[in-house]
Amino acid sequence: MKIKNFFSSQWGIISVGAIIGILAPLLQKLGNPGNMGICVACFERDIAGAVGLHRAGVVQYMRPEIIGFVLGSLAAAYAFKEFKPRCGSAPIVRFVLGIFAMVGALVFLGCPWRAMLRLAGGDLNAVTGLLGLASGIWIGVMFLKNGYNLGRSQATHAGAGWMLPLIMLGFLALMLIYPQVAGEEKSGVLFYSLKGPGLMHASLIVSLVVGLAIGFLAQRSRFCTMGALRDLILFGQTHLLSGFLALVVFALATNLALGQFKLGFAGQPVAHTAHVWNFLGMTLAGLAFALAGGCPGRQLFLAGEGDSDAGVFVMGMIVGAGFAHNFGLASSPKGVGPHGIAAVIVGFAVCLFIGFAMKKTAA
Amino acid sequence: MSKIIDARGLSCPQPVLMTLDAIASGTDNELQVLVDNEASRENVTRAAENKGCQVKDIQDEGADTRITILKG
Repeated sequence: MKIKNFFSSQWGIISVGAIIGILAPLLQKLGNPGNMGICVACFERDIAGAVGLHRAGVVQYMRPEIIGFVLGSLAAAYAFKEFKPRCGSAPIVRFVLGIFAMVGALVFLGCPWRAMLRLAGGDLNAVTGLLGLASGIWIGVMFLKNGYNLGRSQATHAGAGWMLPLIMLGFLALMLIYPQVAGEEKSGVLFYSLKGPGLMHASLIVSLVVGLAIGFLAQRSRFCTMGALRDLILFGQTHLLSGFLALVVFALATNLALGQFKLGFAGQPVAHTAHVWNFLGMTLAGLAFALAGGCPGRQLFLAGEGDSDAGVFVMGMIVGAGFAHNFGLASSPKGVGPHGIAAVIVGFAVCLFIGFAMKKTAA
Repeated sequence: MSKIIDARGLSCPQPVLMTLDAIASGTDNELQVLVDNEASRENVTRAAENKGCQVKDIQDEGADTRITILKG
């Protein structure tokens, strides 16, 4: 049986991983923060800051990449008749998983995408993070093997599928109405950073176009960093993994070519060396992504093709970023936040409860 | 005999898990898997072929897709 969609083939997923691996370091070259050409968790956290859900001054920016991911996926879904509005698969559970996925990611300081980009930039702390990610996904796989699932979704009105894309269009409109003013912390209703990672960004148009392109390609290829490891552990399948590995290899080559590679543990950009918490933060995030059925990028692409349950997960992550910075849960280059350790423990308790509790057989 | 697996409304990896369980356990030689999105269609097809099964037919039925799999 021939697969008609090239991007869902082995070479398709590899080429998408390679394209992301080249574009992300280029975004860094064009202004994005170090080893953070793209980080879904960090960028959603910056969006939470831009709208004032937290007031951590150094991480406030309406990241156009995130907007582009959703709208690019929406365009691909419409172009290939795959826009399927659906909802109702345990949305509040997905919201809570989104919150703790963000908490775990911000203890490590990055989502799986950034973990790979950090590795490709020579940051060896990413090794601990990726081992944690794999461990969290392994725990999730154990739950899946024991009947864990969030139940069926149902087809719904197109309007429901449009909610997250419309929110993203609204964010883009706000950015155009209230553009960044040099030296000002606020423009209209939006907050901007005067220093730190929030001040570091490529131009709006470049970020948006790259976001749209990746959103389009990722929708076609079903690119998912969590799925890459989950399918390997659960089925022994390496399809998604090949895209994951292509991203690392091409990002490494691009970083070397651009002079952005620096090997070591200490002094890495937007990173800390508390190994235990790098590991456990990503274990928590990996478990939450596995229980929710997708990495943070994949959740954006699913939301773009009409999956409003994935949209709820995204909103959970944005709200989670608010909690993470307001409560002092997020790490900084100095180390873990004052309540980060407690939050990881609470997060594990919540995710384990969800893993054991959501076992109703799919009838 | 053909066994019908209804994986509509379920997202990955559930449709693949159900298909692989049926391939491993049942006595039926033919499986029919119902899915309602492209990603599931691709994943179920890929997983079945990886297990050495033959995908005999893929039929669109309105918003759903029926995948017929012959066990290897």
